[in-house]
Amino acid sequence: MPSFSSTTRALPALFRIGFAGAVAYRAEFLVWVLSTTMPLVMLALWSAVAREAPVGRFGQREFVAYFLATFIVRQLTSSWVSWQMNYEIRHGTLAVRLLRPVSPMIAYAAENLAAQPLRLVVAIPVAIVGLLTVGVTALPADPVIWLVWGMAMAGGWLITYLASFAIGSLAFFFESSIKAMDVWLTLYFIFSGYMIPVELFPPGVKAMASWLPFRYQVGFPVELMTGAHGRQEAFALLAAQWIWVALMGAAALLLWRRGLRSFGAYGG
Amino acid sequence: MITVRDLRKYYKVHERPPGLAAAARSLFRRKTTTVKAVDGVTFEVAAGERVGFLGPNGAGKTTTLKVLAGLLHPSGGEALVDSHVPRSREEAFLKKIMLVAGQKQQLLWDLPPSETFELNRALYDVPRPRFRETVAELTELLDLDGLLQKPARQLSLGERMKCELAASLIHRPKVLFLDEPTIGLDVTMQAAIRGFIKRYNERCGATILLTSHYMDDVAALCPRVIVIDRGNLSYDGTLDELVRRIRPEKRLVLHLERAVARVDLDRLGRVVSHSDAEAVLQVDQGAVSAAVTLALATLPVKDLTVENAPLEEVMSELFSRSRAAREAASDEGE
Repeated sequence: MPSFSSTTRALPALFRIGFAGAVAYRAEFLVWVLSTTMPLVMLALWSAVAREAPVGRFGQREFVAYFLATFIVRQLTSSWVSWQMNYEIRHGTLAVRLLRPVSPMIAYAAENLAAQPLRLVVAIPVAIVGLLTVGVTALPADPVIWLVWGMAMAGGWLITYLASFAIGSLAFFFESSIKAMDVWLTLYFIFSGYMIPVELFPPGVKAMASWLPFRYQVGFPVELMTGAHGRQEAFALLAAQWIWVALMGAAALLLWRRGLRSFGAYGG
Repeated sequence: MITVRDLRKYYKVHERPPGLAAAARSLFRRKTTTVKAVDGVTFEVAAGERVGFLGPNGAGKTTTLKVLAGLLHPSGGEALVDSHVPRSREEAFLKKIMLVAGQKQQLLWDLPPSETFELNRALYDVPRPRFRETVAELTELLDLDGLLQKPARQLSLGERMKCELAASLIHRPKVLFLDEPTIGLDVTMQAAIRGFIKRYNERCGATILLTSHYMDDVAALCPRVIVIDRGNLSYDGTLDELVRRIRPEKRLVLHLERAVARVDLDRLGRVVSHSDAEAVLQVDQGAVSAAVTLALATLPVKDLTVENAPLEEVMSELFSRSRAAREAASDEGE
């Protein structure tokens, strides 16, 4: 396995190439952004509901803040590595990566992260609109919460990336891992707080959502941004989130290593 | 440099006949068969050697190269490349080798080849001055001027292949595995790539293992050939010796001033083809000079050449012999 030091040395080049690739595919990227506008649809829907009476602690203003934050968090925590791996394993082009003296797990991560500046181009205007609509006072004032938020964003991205990597590795064993990704995404949409804030779930479902990884991908950072948690609760949830990061990392590594043994490197 | 002992690579392949019923059955019970892609191959390659891997489609050539490049985990046996076990994919190993496959794209599709070169420079940690020197050298040897700044997708197949090769050599690998490097290229481009590979081997002393369906590639590049058929090694030695062993006869090609009768040719050797202007004969090696003397004395010969049998024929004869030997062995087994 390639060493850590050589991998770190290659990171700037991988970022640069990933960014150049993202710019080359900017049209596809914009289409993808359009496909992630579900929070804006949910925003319209829930604001209409809240016009009559607030839902839980959510009035119209709170829903606007929640779903704009959801849109931003989703932009910055997404990863398409599962589709990429599924294609490369099935077509044998993964071989090109395996020949390079850099861990494919890191190389994919760098490529995925390299698109972040482009995502910021979309996320920043939404953040500005959000701030103008709901006002700065809607944001938590405690800097510790923002520190936790930074780690929660990193954790959210890592769970998304590692889960996607683990599911992508299933392509070593099955003819396609895309179906497994579809199942994962369905659960993600339901339990992550992407369409409905987790705190509005019935108690049983809410408890379940806290045990599953999905809430920690999107819901948790959004809740921190919208002031749903005090310090104590934020720390507890952050710990739970990073346990999921570790579990997903272990699953991704295990499936990848097992999978490589049965890699056929077909198609060339 | 390369040691391969009793190397085996077996694949489990799912089988399913066509049709809906078969699809439904396969939901519950999948039929698998084991394909022996490589089945006990042993050979050694010394540093700096150029070795050609020959064999029909599905013989196990590419599988062997992929095992040696660390892409496939062998099912059994041993493979060592410069004292490294390929499947461990150690960093030092990956920096020493490269596998170039004709249809694989390591070039970044939407970016110019110079970007791929730069990426490889960083990945392989090549110092800047040496990188510049290598790129200049490759640009000259492969005639890459004007290609390096165009997006890879806008290059022709031949241009892309040249850039693929160049990108693969940025770190100057000590061991180069080439899988069909000239596939789909026109004759001029094939010759250019061949010339380049030979020069690279001579300049850098790299060990080269090459598979190709084009016998010209092998004849021009590889003093030694290894023939694999159905996962088994059926020949390892020089190309000349292979030809001598399989087809010891020589080809006598006579260019004629006018038509001659078939009986006059039959006296010289076995007639392979015959027209008014040309006759091709197969003659035992020991009888060549006598046949040449007789032809010149008795026939209206304008020009005459003595050649080996075409490599394609030699190979197909070799494969049919080894198939026959296998069938005979399995009959005995039954």
